[in-house]
Amino acid sequence: METLSFMAAALSPVNLLLAIVGVAAGIVIGALPGLSATMAVAVLVPVTFGMPPEAALIMLGAIYTGAIYGGSYAAILVNTPGTPSAIATTFDGYPMAQRGDGDLAVTLSTLSSVIGGLVGALALLTLAPLLAQIALKFGPVEYFWLAIFGLTLISALSEGSTLKGFIGAGIGLLLSTVGVSVVGGDIRYSFGSQFLLGGIETISALIGLYCIPVLIDLVATPSAHLQPPEKGRGIRLGEGMRLVWRGKFNAVRSAVIGTLVAILPGAGGSIASLVSYSEARRTSRRSERFGHGEPDGVIATETANNATVGGGFIPTFVLGIPGTPPDAVILGALLVQGFRTGPEMFTTNASVTYTFIGGLVIATLLMLPMGLLIGRYAFKSIVSIPKALLVPSIAFMTVIGTYAIRNNPFDVVVMVVLGVIGWVLARYGIKPSPIVLGLILGPIAEQGFVQGYLMGNASGSVLGAFFGRPLSLAIIAMVLLSVLYPLWRAHRARRLPREPEEARP
Amino acid sequence: MRQLNPLRTLATTTALGGLLALSTLAGSAMAADAGNYPDQNVQYIIPFGPGGESDISARLQQQYFQELTGQQLIIQYMAGGGGAVGWSQLNEMGDDGYTIMGTNLPHIILKPMGKEPGFTTEELKNFFYFHYSPDALIVNNDSPFETLDDLIAAAKEAPGRITVSGSGTQSANDIANQRFESLADVKTTYIPFKGTGAAVAALLGDQVRAEWGYTTTAANHSDKVRMLAVASEERHPLFPEVPTFKELGYDMTGGAYRGMAVPEGVSDEVTTELSDIFSEINQNPEFRQKMEDLGFVLIDVPYGEMDDFMDKRRQEYEQVARDMGIIE
Repeated sequence: METLSFMAAALSPVNLLLAIVGVAAGIVIGALPGLSATMAVAVLVPVTFGMPPEAALIMLGAIYTGAIYGGSYAAILVNTPGTPSAIATTFDGYPMAQRGDGDLAVTLSTLSSVIGGLVGALALLTLAPLLAQIALKFGPVEYFWLAIFGLTLISALSEGSTLKGFIGAGIGLLLSTVGVSVVGGDIRYSFGSQFLLGGIETISALIGLYCIPVLIDLVATPSAHLQPPEKGRGIRLGEGMRLVWRGKFNAVRSAVIGTLVAILPGAGGSIASLVSYSEARRTSRRSERFGHGEPDGVIATETANNATVGGGFIPTFVLGIPGTPPDAVILGALLVQGFRTGPEMFTTNASVTYTFIGGLVIATLLMLPMGLLIGRYAFKSIVSIPKALLVPSIAFMTVIGTYAIRNNPFDVVVMVVLGVIGWVLARYGIKPSPIVLGLILGPIAEQGFVQGYLMGNASGSVLGAFFGRPLSLAIIAMVLLSVLYPLWRAHRARRLPREPEEARP
Repeated sequence: MRQLNPLRTLATTTALGGLLALSTLAGSAMAADAGNYPDQNVQYIIPFGPGGESDISARLQQQYFQELTGQQLIIQYMAGGGGAVGWSQLNEMGDDGYTIMGTNLPHIILKPMGKEPGFTTEELKNFFYFHYSPDALIVNNDSPFETLDDLIAAAKEAPGRITVSGSGTQSANDIANQRFESLADVKTTYIPFKGTGAAVAALLGDQVRAEWGYTTTAANHSDKVRMLAVASEERHPLFPEVPTFKELGYDMTGGAYRGMAVPEGVSDEVTTELSDIFSEINQNPEFRQKMEDLGFVLIDVPYGEMDDFMDKRRQEYEQVARDMGIIE
C-alpha cells in the first residue's frame, strides 16, 4: 500500500509537468539522429541539481524513455535509426513508410513502446532484486557467447545472402578494433592519427551507414521519398490497435526479451531489439514478409527497446552498476544528490525510488497521446516537404548530430566516409545492419574472450572456462539453433518445392 | 575549441533550446556582480564519457563554482582513447582561460610512455589537482579472505591462481596490482574490464576473487563488499576499520588523481586565478563533506606546486612502468 502512495506522489502537478516536458524533449531528441538519450540526460543533469531528487529523477526518466521511443521516427521515416536501439525498426518500419503506411508504422511504434515501457517498469517494480542476481551470473565468458549469438543473428536476418551478411559483420568487427583496446591497451589501426585513437564511434557509423545512402538515393532518383498517404485517414489508431492485438504474444515476448537483455550491463537496447526481432520472425506465420514492411517487426523491436528502459534501471538501482549509458549518467546524478544505490533504494529511500517508478509509468503512458500527436506531424512534414528541402535539412542534421556526440569534428569525417562506403556496399548487397552489429558486438566479444581466457588460464583450464558453465552452454545452444535453423528451413523448402513463396520486391 | 562553439551551441539549442535557455537565464541573472575573470561561463571538458568519477567530482565542483564566481561551469564530454582524444587537442583550444579540461593521473603520465597518443605529459598545463580516489583491494563480504595476509598467503600458495579484476590496462588499477605484486612478492592474474562498473560487477558475480578499485567503489557498494586495505596515507574517515597498506608494511599510497589543465597559451595571471578559485572550492566544508561521503580524498596542489607534484608522481610511475615492461 505504501508503495502505491509513493507512486501516487509522482502525480503531483509539478512532477506531471516535468514528465510532460521530459517526454516531449526526449521524443524530439531521440528522433534526431546523433542526439542520443545519453546526451539528452547529460545536458539535463545540472538543471536537476536544484530540484528535489524525486522530481529530478522523474524528469531524467521521462526524457530517457521519450528519447528511446523517438528513435523510431527517424528509423521509420528516413531509414536512419535515431538511436542505436532503433536499428531493427528500420527493417520493417521504412518499407511500411515507403509504401504509404508510415502513419500506421508510427502509431504501431507508439502503442508498442507504451506496452514495452510498462512491462519494463513493472519488472523494475516487482522483480528488481531477483533479476539483478541473475545479471551477476553473467561473466566474461557469457558475454563472449552472447556477442557470438548476436553475430549469428545476422545469418537469420539476411537469409538468401548469409555470406554477404557475414562479410558485413566482418567489416564491422574490423572497424571495432580501431583505437586503444580496453584489454591490453594496444593502439590499433590508428595510422598515427590522434583522432582514430578514440576508435569509430558507433553513432557516427550508424548515421553514416544508414543515412548517407538514403540521402544519395533521394537525390539520385526522381520519385517521391515516401508514398503520400490517402487523404483524411487520421492516425489509424484503430487499425494499429487491431494489429497489436493480433501480435499480442509477439509484443509480450519482445517486452520480456527486452527487459532480460537490459539487466545485463553493456548489452543494451540494440541487442534487445535485434533478438526480439529475429524471435518474432522465426515464430511468425508470416515470416517471409519480415523485412518487407511486416507490422509485427515494428511491434517486436519497439516493445523490446522501450522495455530496456525499466530493465536497465534494475542493475543500476540494485547493484549500482549502470545497465545502459543513460543509466550511468542518471546514476552519477544520484550520487551527486547524495544517494546510495543498493538495498537502501528499496528501504530507506523507497519513497524516492517508488515515486520515480511511478513517474516512469506516467511518462510511458504520456507517450501515447504525445507520441501520436508529435508522430502525426513528423510523418506529415516528412511526406510533404519537397525533396530539395528535405535532403539538405537531413544532411545538416547528420553533420550536427555526429559532431555533437563527443564534440569531435573528425567523427563527421568518419561518418561521411563510412556513408559513401556503405552506399557502395549496399549496391553489392551488403547491408548496413550487419556492419553496425559487428561494430557494436566486436568489443563485447573481444573483451569477453580475453577476460575469459585469462580467467581460464588462472584456473588451469581454458576449455573449462568457455564450455564448462551451464549458462554458457545454454547460450551456445542458442547460437547453434540460430545458425542451423535457417539451413534446416532452406533444406525443407527444397524438399517441398510446392510451398508458395512470397514475391520479393 | 572556441571556434567550434557556435556549431555545438547550434546543435544543443536545436534540440534543447528551452531547457538550455532556462539554465543560462539562471546563470546570467547572477553574473552582474562578477569582477574581471571570470566574466563569462567557463567550459569544463571531461575527456571521458558522462557518469564516471571524473564526471561526478566535476559535477560537485560545478555547483560551488557558480556560488563563488557567479559564472557557470559548463561540463562537456570529449571521450575517446582513455582521455587521449581530449588531451591531444587541449592546446589547440581557445587560450582565453574560458576552456579548461580535466586531467587524470596516472593516465597523463603513463599514456605517453613508449607510445604516441598525440600529447606529452609536459605539454599539459595543469593548474590544480583537487582529489584522489585511493586504490583499494576489495573482496565480497562472504570472501574467505578476512585480511590482506589471507589473500597474500593464498597467492603465495598458488601463484597466478588468484584472479583480480580492475578497470583497464596500464591504468591506475593495473599499476596498483603491479606495485602490490612486487611489494608483497606474489603473483596474481589481473583481468582488465571496461570501467569500474564492469570490474565491480565481475567481483559481485564471483567471477573473480578480488577487485582493484577505490574507496569510492567500496563506498558505493558498502552493503556487499569490504576492503582488505586502502592505499591512502591515513585511514579514510568513512572506513575507520580498514587498515592502510602502509600500516600493514607495504609502502603503497596512490590511486586515481584528478585535476584540471588549461591550454598552454593561457596567461599566468588567469591560470593562477583559476587555481585560486578551485582551491577555494576545495575549502568549502559542504563540498568537502560531499566528496568524503563518496569516498574521495581531497588534496590541494595549486599551480605553484604542480611541477614538484608531477615530478614525484612521474618517478613513482616510471618505476612501475619499468616493472611492467612499458618502458626499458
